[in-house]
Amino acid sequence: MNLVVQILSYHFAQKALLVGTLTALCSALLGVSLVLKRYSMIGDGLSHVGFGALCVAAALNLAPLKVAVPVVIVSAFLLLRISENSRIKGDAAIALISSTAIAVGLIVSSHVDGINADVSGYMFGSVLSVEDSDVPMSVGLSLAVLVLYVLFYNRIFSVTFDESFSKATGTNTAAYNALIALLTAGTVAVGMKLMGTLLISSLIIFPPLSAMRVCKSFRGVVCTSAVLAVVCFFFGIVGSFAFELPAGASVVAVNAAAFLLFLLAGAIGKKVRGRGA
Amino acid sequence: MSILSCEHVSVAYDGRTVVQDVSFSVEKGEYLCIVGENGSGKSTLLKSILGLVPVRSGSISLACRDGIGYLPQSTPAQRDFPASVREVVLSGCGQKLFYGKAAKERAAQNMRELHIDTIRKKSYRELSGGQQQRVLLARALCAAEALLLLDEPVTGLDPLVTAEMYETIRDLNRRRGLTVIMVSHDIAAAVRHADKILHLDAGTEFFGTAAAYLQSDVGRRFAKGI
Repeated sequence: MNLVVQILSYHFAQKALLVGTLTALCSALLGVSLVLKRYSMIGDGLSHVGFGALCVAAALNLAPLKVAVPVVIVSAFLLLRISENSRIKGDAAIALISSTAIAVGLIVSSHVDGINADVSGYMFGSVLSVEDSDVPMSVGLSLAVLVLYVLFYNRIFSVTFDESFSKATGTNTAAYNALIALLTAGTVAVGMKLMGTLLISSLIIFPPLSAMRVCKSFRGVVCTSAVLAVVCFFFGIVGSFAFELPAGASVVAVNAAAFLLFLLAGAIGKKVRGRGA
Repeated sequence: MSILSCEHVSVAYDGRTVVQDVSFSVEKGEYLCIVGENGSGKSTLLKSILGLVPVRSGSISLACRDGIGYLPQSTPAQRDFPASVREVVLSGCGQKLFYGKAAKERAAQNMRELHIDTIRKKSYRELSGGQQQRVLLARALCAAEALLLLDEPVTGLDPLVTAEMYETIRDLNRRRGLTVIMVSHDIAAAVRHADKILHLDAGTEFFGTAAAYLQSDVGRRFAKGI
């Protein structure tokens, strides 16, 4: 408890906790749809594109987020198109884009001196990297994600569960897919500095997958996923302070542990129900 | 009055023409079965009626663009989807952002009618194949005011459940006066239940009543021993 109070007394830690909690929450909500639609790779691809964009921004002395957010949003639409049009080759195409983006980022940054620390930060995340100017952007974006998610919740469910049916009954499924991609892109771009390119996609994938082990309804999965993401992020950050671990890695480790717990709980639950029936 | 009429419809899918110059019409309250072998363009034709696949030439006119219920073929991703039965059925109730009292009542009534109201809190992925199809049918009924389109609704079901499903569909057609268009490769059942048969093999091989189908050349060939 003392540790928590102590952490909260640092200004940089307050910022990291605020931005991180909001990012974790939004990623978990969007992640439910992405995972269920088999689009998990899009989150991963976006984070790599974001890395390239951040490196280029740093090399050109531009504000990192002002470059990364639009670039990641444009790539989100591109990746979505690829996944929709060619199911089989989609994952390979995403891998191509991911590795190209990383290569561009590394080449650009290796030609400009003095930003190696940044590159490492973008790759693995850093609690110290959250700047004051990032906070309003993060809060604004998260509010937008939350409001849009609640407002369009029923439509998002319908499109996630069965795109053909939704389209046949008059839902503009392309618009909802674009909305999910857009919000994911924003969330990834904002969360990347804190969590790091390599780990941000785990924020999208772990909480929904854990929740799906035990929850029976979509609403249950969404709520559990959101709560779990926030709890895991909090313990991950506290752990990173306590044991001097990299923040992103620590959060992912907590998420992985939670996943194993939920996996176990799901298996036991199934066995009990099987016996009851 | 025709609820649907297709005139010289051709549809291409992935650059290949799969439906060629097909013309037919469906009257209100009729039960039409679209039969044919795999790859004969049955499902594609259904999808173009729904507007999911664009037609290349010809015209499809629907008397009611709204109020169409659709039971698609289920995808592997769907079979282990974490959603309650009630959530799935309710998602058939229109385009509004939030479901009102009327929508909830409609969902509840359709669940009762298809005998799935006792499992409404169960997870979709824990149901048997037959129960899953009933849930999807209930969802389609929430959207269907006049026309119900079914794409291979009995695929993978055991014979008993298949027979039940056919009875349910026939019943909905008769009692609610719903126009039914079903894609099926089960010709025996199609002839037994449907009013009219459309036999496709890219083009139209046969279109007419079920009785006439049995007398036709193609009908004799495919419906041997019925």
